[in-house]
Amino acid sequence: MAIRRGRGVAAINYPTGMNLGGDPTQALVHSTPTGNFMVTLSSVDLGQGMKQIMAQICAETIGVPTDRVVIDTADTDTGPHCMGTFASRGTHRAGNAVIQAAKEARQVMLEVAAEELEVNASDLETDGEGNIQVKGAPQKSISIFDVALSAHFKRGRSISGRGMFLIPRSYPEKETGAMKPSTCYAHACTVAEVEVDDETGEVTVLTVKNVFEIGRALNPKMVEQQLVGGSWMGISHALYETTEPYYPSRDHGGTDFNQYLMPGPGDLAETEIIVLERPSADGPFGAKGPGEMCANPQIPAVANAVFDAVGVRIDTLPITPERILRALKAQAAG
Amino acid sequence: MAKVPVQFTLNGSEKAEFVESSTTLLHALRDKIGDTSPKGGCHQGTCGACSVIIDGELRLSCLTLAETCGGADIRTTAGLAESGVLHPLQRAFLDAFATQCGFCTPGMIMAAKVLLDRTPNPSREDVVEALSGNICRCTGYEPIIQAVLAAARANSQNAA
Repeated sequence: MAIRRGRGVAAINYPTGMNLGGDPTQALVHSTPTGNFMVTLSSVDLGQGMKQIMAQICAETIGVPTDRVVIDTADTDTGPHCMGTFASRGTHRAGNAVIQAAKEARQVMLEVAAEELEVNASDLETDGEGNIQVKGAPQKSISIFDVALSAHFKRGRSISGRGMFLIPRSYPEKETGAMKPSTCYAHACTVAEVEVDDETGEVTVLTVKNVFEIGRALNPKMVEQQLVGGSWMGISHALYETTEPYYPSRDHGGTDFNQYLMPGPGDLAETEIIVLERPSADGPFGAKGPGEMCANPQIPAVANAVFDAVGVRIDTLPITPERILRALKAQAAG
Repeated sequence: MAKVPVQFTLNGSEKAEFVESSTTLLHALRDKIGDTSPKGGCHQGTCGACSVIIDGELRLSCLTLAETCGGADIRTTAGLAESGVLHPLQRAFLDAFATQCGFCTPGMIMAAKVLLDRTPNPSREDVVEALSGNICRCTGYEPIIQAVLAAARANSQNAA
């Protein structure tokens, strides 16, 4: 009986979005009378930071500071249609829709500014700080505040835009079965080091080293935040969490936090995160969906590390002490 | 059921309410007084989201009957900012990106405040111990631990 150490590696690729009857998201953008921009979405921010990312995407496209953009995700009855915040699709699908809507709004904004400045709209550019100026002659400029006032009260224009992003349904080819079930893929690789007590079956995760390839990190701090949390969640799924510990039997499922095991701050392994950026061709500013995939590779990596440590393959999650001891017993019985 | 009067101080303000004997402090704070900063997660004392400070002690408001709080000094996350300036812990949670969905955050901040009130320069182990009654789905805890350590450093720099 001893504490045995093992190391496991696993790599995954993970799709962005899904392929049911087509995968659409819409966005609407309009300016307020004072030149702030409102983005209306039915996509929901679950805490992953969608509002921040959509504000950045809209601001970057229109050419205004991010704090001039307000994201309204209030109501799926009154907002433009979105399939939902799932399948790691939020940034990719809603982001592309917001870009399209913001481009249309920007064009109207430039047209109104052109009338005020008596120049051609194609000769105008934004300075990113709330002003529109003539290219090469920045002294000839107008604030977006004044452009919005003019549009609303003088020129009768709506500075607004409609955005629609649709991934059409993909059907398999009859001969080969080949199809395109999703858009860009994110990738990840994890190396986990564990100690397994072969007397108690207890697993201690020592280190988790992750590399994530997520397209472009539109907000690097928020990406890091999600990856750190996701890595921990992956470990939690590998070793602790389940609603159906004896699946397919539904008995003995945890009904509260006394029975449903969720690690606390005392159960953290030393975690390393490395982000690789390979911008996707079809993502907003190159983004992919890092949401769900960041909690995936830790699970097979831990299973492989347990195998490396004590020589048994656990193929049912979570990898509990009970399952390890049963497997060790079966192995000893030969 | 007969209602009983209870008076206490919430974040420095006198409060008086009529509550039923079975009313929890969490219910009284959120639904009667309107301070929704303590969150109702599990309602059985296992998640820590409802944590408040009663007479300097960290308490689970979901397991505390409101009528037992007569004369108490109760502190919640809603009372931490002064004149619109965030408390160092709130500032540190923002700066460290220590919150995602935010549901556990007020409880985490209350637990951290009691720690820092007693142990101004905590070790990492002290922080982990202090937060061990609070669970978080999103962050993986590490950003929260870092935020509490950063708030302690900021406090000691201000004191110096």
